[in-house]
Amino acid sequence: VCTSRFWFNYRHVANTLSVYRSVKRLGIPDSHIVLMLADDMACNPRNPKPATVFSHKNMELNVYGDDVEVDYRSYEVTVENFLRVLTGRIPPSTPRSKRLLSDDRSNILIYMTGHGGNGFLKFQDSEEITNVELADAFEQMWQKRRYNELLFIIDTCQGASMYERFYSPNIMALASSQVGEDSLSHQPDLGIGVHLMDRYTFYVLEFLEEIHPASQTNMNDLFQICPKSLCVSTPGHRTDLFQRDPQNVLITDFFGSVRKVEITAETISLDSDLAGFESK
Amino acid sequence: ACAQLQLAAPVALVFAPGSVPGDLPRPLPFRDVQETEIPVNLRTSVTSRYETVYRSTTAREEAALDVATAREADAALHLLQDASVGSLTLYVVPETSPLLPQGVSVYVGKHRSALVRAGGGLAALRTRLQQLTQVMSFTATSIAAALSDRVPDGQLGPDARRHLKSSLGYEITFSLLNPDPKSHDVDWDIEDAVNRYVQPVLDKLSLVANFSVDSQILYYAVLGVTPRFDKESSSFLLSTHSLPHVINPVEARLGSSAASLYPVLNFLLYVPERSHSPLYIQDKDGAPVPTNAFHSPRWGGIMIYNVEAPASPQASLPLHVDVDMVRVMEVFLAQLRLLFGLSREELPPEFLLESPGNEGLADWELDRLLWAHTVENIATVSTTLTSLAQLLDKIGNIVIKDDVASEV
Repeated sequence: VCTSRFWFNYRHVANTLSVYRSVKRLGIPDSHIVLMLADDMACNPRNPKPATVFSHKNMELNVYGDDVEVDYRSYEVTVENFLRVLTGRIPPSTPRSKRLLSDDRSNILIYMTGHGGNGFLKFQDSEEITNVELADAFEQMWQKRRYNELLFIIDTCQGASMYERFYSPNIMALASSQVGEDSLSHQPDLGIGVHLMDRYTFYVLEFLEEIHPASQTNMNDLFQICPKSLCVSTPGHRTDLFQRDPQNVLITDFFGSVRKVEITAETISLDSDLAGFESK
Repeated sequence: ACAQLQLAAPVALVFAPGSVPGDLPRPLPFRDVQETEIPVNLRTSVTSRYETVYRSTTAREEAALDVATAREADAALHLLQDASVGSLTLYVVPETSPLLPQGVSVYVGKHRSALVRAGGGLAALRTRLQQLTQVMSFTATSIAAALSDRVPDGQLGPDARRHLKSSLGYEITFSLLNPDPKSHDVDWDIEDAVNRYVQPVLDKLSLVANFSVDSQILYYAVLGVTPRFDKESSSFLLSTHSLPHVINPVEARLGSSAASLYPVLNFLLYVPERSHSPLYIQDKDGAPVPTNAFHSPRWGGIMIYNVEAPASPQASLPLHVDVDMVRVMEVFLAQLRLLFGLSREELPPEFLLESPGNEGLADWELDRLLWAHTVENIATVSTTLTSLAQLLDKIGNIVIKDDVASEV
């Protein structure tokens, strides 16, 4: 979820799109991704390279590309819609692509970026979501068994405040900065004229570049990235609500999609002579 | 809040002449009730209650048993019975009865009855009864699996969360994947196959849910995993550990109905490219899997259909392929059963199970599904109501709109 709009928040869109790309690369299909963006970057009149969003200052990677599927764009990125997606309390006419069709076996990754403060996250400069609301939404999800495990990553100023209030089981959270700290952006691009990414997300992505679908890297490694020397802010994480030891949690459990499969060992026997068009 | 659930099933133990054990506590007919506790978790208790009637066969039942094979007896008895959903009838036949083949002590029919060979007294019969209820009705494991989202993680067996969750409906999509249309011109008469083989099974399952079926053909859809060439067998092999990575690249192209919110079950038939034929799935011991198919819980199944190489190397491409739909449906329908949790694998050796034929599943298998889904639905309802009650306790002055209030 990218909660910002306007040209000068380019980096938040680039953050989100880069995470979106990594997750797709590791195997999660669009049908399993809900992407919320203001989507006002690529075609913004101030964009010197129209129809692109870059995440790296040498303009190496156009994270916008041809096959981005934005599910909630522009004015649809609201706190209400976000909470509705999470809890599943959506009007019946909403199409599948805009729904989170998860069940008790789904592992959910939530990545949010934008501007935040102590206990809140700004949505599009017009409203806020508080850490209490978010915690309650997660509890609703738990009550309805809409997730098996949940990984929450937030890259905003004072990000750690957003996970302080969680109280539902099986949630692990990471944030780019502690309460009282700002999360800083990474690299300005003189050609485009804005900062392209935030530091924390930049290092998360560098980390993810090393991961492939069969990777055995675990969450403890993810906790180590972006030390203060590189990030200036102090990233934090919270694992007390999580049942498993982070050591045993694979990155691909959340960022990728490795299905359980079973060899089909049984067949049934069909009698082609008997089968007929019997009216019932 | 504590939840107590009682699962009651009517059972009849019917003795054919010459099969009554000497140690009955009272003369036939009589009744007794067996109640057992099934442990789930601290806050939920489930008890099973089997109300058993012990009686002798009626004259008509005796006539039905006086046939050559167990299968004929099963069919004849079915016509006489008024077997309601969830009930079980065990017919005890004399030890020397020719109905059961050598070495078989129990024959499970495809409706709701079984034939048991007498011998060993009442205690042995009660054991058989217990074994049969485990097979034909429900077990502690199947109930715990149905309640799996309320059971602490550590106590769950491998079956938990594997089977499809109870839903009002399911969408089934059959897809033919042809990555190499230049070499193979594949024709599958899916409509006929669905009407002949799939629909009877879905009709049988109609007590469980509504089903909608559609099909599609996808061209140039590749597996996403490169199979290995094996010189010894001159074939291409897909190892078990590469299978999990096959599904995702394909899923992106499968699509699904935008309108329906029901879970989708995908059955894919993959015809490998000429350059990767024949393609076999290897099991963990390295042998090719007989069905050449695998499935993923709560998702669906994939079967690989190899096309024989043309007799002469100069045969003109594309080769026309008429898919043998019987072979394909035998696998897909087996996968459908497995996805729902109906398996015939683990049974004691002296049990013989009748094949359900084109109906796809026996009546008692339908009962098993209904037990599991009913328990799951009740558990969901009770959790939701408890949740709402707790919410109202905490927020006494919550505003509830009239239309929402009328729905509760």
